[in-house]
Amino acid sequence: MSDLRDLYQETILDHGRTPRNFRKLEAATHEADGDNPLCGDKIHLYLQLDGDKVSDISFDGAGCAISTASASLMTEALKGKTIEDAMALFERLHETLTGQGECDESVELGKLAVFEGVREYPLRVKCATLAWHTLRNAIEGGKNATPATTE
Amino acid sequence: MSKSGGQLAADQNTFTGFDAESVRADFPVLNQQVHGKPLVYLDSAASSQKPLHVINAVSRYYENDHSNVHRGVHSLSARATFAYERARGKAHVFLNSKNIREIIYVRGTTEAINLVAQTYGRANVGEGDEILISEMEHHSNIVPWQMLCEWTGAKLVVAPIDERGQLDMTAFAEKLSERTKIVGIVHVSNALGTVNPVAEITKMAHDAGAVVVVDGAQAAPHLRVDVQEIGCDFYAFSGHKAYAPTGIGILYGREELLEAMPPWQGGGEMILSVSFDSTTYNELPYKFEAGTPNIAGAIGLGEAIDYMGRFNHEALERHEHDLVAYGYDALATVPGLTIVGTAEGKVGVHSFTLDGIHAHDIGTILDNEGIAVRTGHHCAQPVMHHFGVPATARASFGIYNTRDDIDRLVEGLGQVRKLMG
Repeated sequence: MSDLRDLYQETILDHGRTPRNFRKLEAATHEADGDNPLCGDKIHLYLQLDGDKVSDISFDGAGCAISTASASLMTEALKGKTIEDAMALFERLHETLTGQGECDESVELGKLAVFEGVREYPLRVKCATLAWHTLRNAIEGGKNATPATTE
Repeated sequence: MSKSGGQLAADQNTFTGFDAESVRADFPVLNQQVHGKPLVYLDSAASSQKPLHVINAVSRYYENDHSNVHRGVHSLSARATFAYERARGKAHVFLNSKNIREIIYVRGTTEAINLVAQTYGRANVGEGDEILISEMEHHSNIVPWQMLCEWTGAKLVVAPIDERGQLDMTAFAEKLSERTKIVGIVHVSNALGTVNPVAEITKMAHDAGAVVVVDGAQAAPHLRVDVQEIGCDFYAFSGHKAYAPTGIGILYGREELLEAMPPWQGGGEMILSVSFDSTTYNELPYKFEAGTPNIAGAIGLGEAIDYMGRFNHEALERHEHDLVAYGYDALATVPGLTIVGTAEGKVGVHSFTLDGIHAHDIGTILDNEGIAVRTGHHCAQPVMHHFGVPATARASFGIYNTRDDIDRLVEGLGQVRKLMG
């Protein structure tokens, strides 16, 4: 089971079981749905922007351990960050998971580094990026964002 | 394993009952390790593995006989045509259709249902008419009818299932009316394993004046199918779930209906003569077979039908029922496990959920143990919705599965619980 532990790291299992910022956000300025039809992950993302700064962020829905932990850790990582920081972090994470794309190597993944093991499980990359795709749609679409889908 | 005298296991089982352990030797793909553990393949409802008989027949065909069919006078074309048509004859016997002209080659069940919707449906369904299906249908027996409704202004009506995953026959009878033009019904549910009483359903539908399309994708590998006994108007199945290659399947249609239907795709093979002024369509079954077909696939399908025919069918059914029964008992020992779909006499699958653990995580962890199961909505999202689950894990059985495979599954689920806590 040693290699599976690379995928299901303790932090991921913890956030998968007890996700942080798992609630509705009444004051949200931006919202979007995210759907991974392949495995049935569904999340709803709430974002409150103050100018270009994330003043609050939360989500609800149901998904696998990887997608739930990813959404949970994303909300933790982004509070207080700018949209630009958030997108740079997404690009860095995406590059880490897929080995594709060019990104600013100086961006620190921080706690999100726990998802590095997902790279060995290509079928699960979509689980780890669903929340981030949903975030991008929410930023672009305001309150009427297009749902994000991994298919 | 038991390959003595160069004989394949299926041949040793002829008329003598059924020994799954020896049958495994016919399926080379099973003889491998996945993540360092012997493969346990429990995903035959998605696609079955192929016996050497089928693999060899396809490669023999390409090595010796390949050419286009119905096209030339040369020897290779004659051999290819003979083998291709002989396989049609096997499908005709397999389904017990009245006439070989009623057997149409298609890519699979999905294409078969689309063909019926787009030809029979467009010609016979209009505004205000209804198409009745069940809540347990697979997407391929939902979406073609929704498309037909969009084109014609007809209405899609859905008969509900009960908490065990069985069709509510009272509700079905109530929803049938003189407005019902087509009844689309799955013979065996892919997500639940439920076997529908298709003969009874056909009788009720015919009394109401509707034609019946049976989706036999999950029935063909498990049940003895007799289209005349069922009485249905159309019956569809895919080769690849019944030990044949992908990309080949059969649509059976009652001759009288097929004769009256407009053709589907236009092109070569489906014509008798073509000029720029007019075209004369070919006779059945070629009217529905435009273009160069999947010749090797058809030959593989014929071989798969022969392969299945070598076994004593009652013994095979007993074996498969034993797997379902043993699976019920074994899975009951896993804490927090709920089986979704517990219809009387179900075949071929156990769909399940584990408390607090998403199906996708179950699938990844089982794969790490060498165990292949399907996870997700199984292309039957309305079924998932009915049971209030986003997804299930599904273990499905083929003729090569044994009680050992189920024991390995239960052990694997123990690992899932251990890891996910």
